[in-house]
Amino acid sequence: MFGYYLDLALRSLRRNKILTALMVVAIALGIGASMTTLTVLHVLSGDPLPGTSATLFYPQVDPRDMDGYEEGKRPPEQVTWTDGMNLLHAKRADRQALMTGGAVPVQPAQANIDPFFSDARYTSSDFFPMFKLPFLYGRPWSESEDNAKARVVVISRTLNEKLFGGKNSVGQTLRMKDSAFQVIGVLDSWRPTPRFYDLNMESYGSVEDVFVPLTTARDVHFEHSGSTDCWGTGGGDDDHAETSPCVWLQFWVQINGTDKVAAYRDYLVHYSQEQKTLGRFQRPPNAQLPSLMEWLDINKVVPGDVRLQTWLALGFLLVCLVNTVGLMLAKFLRKSGELGVRRALGASKREVFAQLLIESGVIGLAGGMVGLLLAFFGLWLVRKQPSSYAALAHMSMGMLLVTFLLAVGATLLAGLLPAWRACQITPALQLKSQ
Amino acid sequence: MDILPILSTLRRHKTTAFLVIVEIALTCAIVCNAVFIINQRIDRIHMQSGVDEQHLLHIALTNIGVTKDDKARRAEDLAALQQVPGVVSVASVNQVPFGNSSSNGSIKLDPKQRLATLNATDYFGENVTQTLGTQLIAGRELHADDYMDMDQVVSAAAAKDAKGIPHVTVITEKLAHRLWPGQSALGKQVYMSDFGFTVVGVVKELIRPSIWDDSAASYSMVLPIRVANNEYIVRVDDPKNRERVLKAAVAKLKEINPHRIVLKQHLLSNMREDFFQNDRAMTGLLVAVCTALLVVTALGIVGLGSFWVAQRRRQIGVRRALGATRRNILHYFQTENFLLATIGIGVGMVLAYGINLLLMVHYELPRLPAIYFPVGALLLWTIGQLAVLGPAMRAAAVPPVVATRSV
Repeated sequence: MFGYYLDLALRSLRRNKILTALMVVAIALGIGASMTTLTVLHVLSGDPLPGTSATLFYPQVDPRDMDGYEEGKRPPEQVTWTDGMNLLHAKRADRQALMTGGAVPVQPAQANIDPFFSDARYTSSDFFPMFKLPFLYGRPWSESEDNAKARVVVISRTLNEKLFGGKNSVGQTLRMKDSAFQVIGVLDSWRPTPRFYDLNMESYGSVEDVFVPLTTARDVHFEHSGSTDCWGTGGGDDDHAETSPCVWLQFWVQINGTDKVAAYRDYLVHYSQEQKTLGRFQRPPNAQLPSLMEWLDINKVVPGDVRLQTWLALGFLLVCLVNTVGLMLAKFLRKSGELGVRRALGASKREVFAQLLIESGVIGLAGGMVGLLLAFFGLWLVRKQPSSYAALAHMSMGMLLVTFLLAVGATLLAGLLPAWRACQITPALQLKSQ
Repeated sequence: MDILPILSTLRRHKTTAFLVIVEIALTCAIVCNAVFIINQRIDRIHMQSGVDEQHLLHIALTNIGVTKDDKARRAEDLAALQQVPGVVSVASVNQVPFGNSSSNGSIKLDPKQRLATLNATDYFGENVTQTLGTQLIAGRELHADDYMDMDQVVSAAAAKDAKGIPHVTVITEKLAHRLWPGQSALGKQVYMSDFGFTVVGVVKELIRPSIWDDSAASYSMVLPIRVANNEYIVRVDDPKNRERVLKAAVAKLKEINPHRIVLKQHLLSNMREDFFQNDRAMTGLLVAVCTALLVVTALGIVGLGSFWVAQRRRQIGVRRALGATRRNILHYFQTENFLLATIGIGVGMVLAYGINLLLMVHYELPRLPAIYFPVGALLLWTIGQLAVLGPAMRAAAVPPVVATRSV
């Protein structure tokens, strides 16, 4: 029966080519637009470290003076050097890393490459195991190298290709800002999306090319970049960054186990109280411990425009579907005579319904396929856009399946009402009016 | 034209009529809001910067090694840049309009105030307003004897020594207006972390380097502090010479001190383009979706119209045979479409208002101006009439003889 209904459906669709094309194009446009925007939204709101992110937390304390104090406001988004170092050395979590962003002048040994500026991350050693960074060659630095302010550097795969032709460069020397560093590790490609650990920089940018111990970076006066927020007498200049009342560092911890999370939160409150007793903190203890995904949420990393575009596309799809329902209904009702004959000849309501549903399903399938092509085209267009996330807009297998199900499901749903309405006819009346 | 027969016909096609109304309503609601957003973005793209964009260049460098004699080097750079043919004026600055990196501070009107009044950006650098070409509308520009060096200001601030800190400032008209509505700002005091500054001049406009909130985009102050950040703005005599001057200026700077890297070299007009590129992309996308929506809706009306005409061929024939003119038939379908569109637009307006309320809450968009409602209605009426014209003309062309034929 299915084959016969399909044949009927195709015949009926062929009879009215322009209308069929109109319905298919409307669905395809709606699906194409929705899938493009949904894919972008999906990519941007994804989990940067699947499997690990649930154990990562971003401790926050409030070291500011009473100036501008309002109850219930969140603590500053970063930590001061003093608090960062205190929390780092307290080692109350399973792993902890204190870090900040920067940029360094790289002076290649080759005469044919001009010195250039590279984005850098100055961090303590746990950064690598905590965020599970993949190493192509060598190893991360250790805590003792942190403490010794060792002149060591881990570089990205891209930088290794640029400077050392992609060969194992461990043990080589890299000059940066007139200081010599020993390459101890080369990273493999790594691009967490969003780049969660420092949201002051472009949230969807690529990972830095140079990694240096935080203590070393301070020792050789590497420039800090990102946000610096000061209060009181804080000037925010780089030279006094350790002592001035400014927040400019990110502190991340890894905690395995929910009971330990509560304990760490208590520890942060306790720490704040202790600092208040010492006179460093003035505000009532305000400690927060958002998880990685909560932190992304608080900071609204997914651009507002992307959300707006998704709603717009879904609205557009809705209009396209209403349009299709209307056209399909008109079409089915016009076939009342034919349906009346079939009913009179013994086809049950169910069978007529199935036949009409197959017809709408065919349109949905065609619309879905064209829509999928449009979605690929749409994503290609997104990749041509100037935004930093542009390059990430790729269709995944999951999204591909969703597109297809959405297309067929939507049209079947759109076909339900017309098919049901068309079934309601009285065969005798239809035959008579002929 | 009698609309009662039309209404009675529509009652027989309740579902279809309902769908047309829903489609028109949704299109109306989405298009009204999308066009509103488009207009907002276009306003943003055309935001006034208050500086002479067509004559300005921006160059930023960074030293490779650690340097000590920053001030001497700045003087050397400035003198060399001034010598480049085509250069009118040069300034060593901390930030530039559309540069995206900025130095901002909280302002108070009373040092005892607990919460800051607002957050404004601070432009530093001798000659910065003159080089940028801002328009002074009251008071005076900052003088050479107002200026102090950045490193001294920093140590004075740390020592809470007010003498080591400049005490005058030039602010924008919008900031003056926000702080002292209806009064002259000249001679008034603003406070930044306990230090008072007297407003001595007001400029027409000077945009912030990074804009989070459009309503605060003009909250800028110029402080008389000299900086040596390796960041320069250059004003040229003729926009035609910009590329040539930029190239010569960069070459000159590298020649003086090759131990540094050029981070940025831009025409300010290109920086503006880059600054608003996301808004431009969003505008393009919204225009495309609006067009597609209107086309889909129009084609839907054409499709349904055609069906109805085909369905009612006999009925039309009978009416024609009974004496209705072609014009009567044409008007019938046009009126029918007008009725459906009107109901759709009515519902659409309510929906548009609702969507706007949501956008106001979630995207900090302003309220939809009332003018959008009549304009949107007119647009959809026009599209509806144009779309139904084809099917209606075909209906009018049905000959009366159809009435006598059996199928």
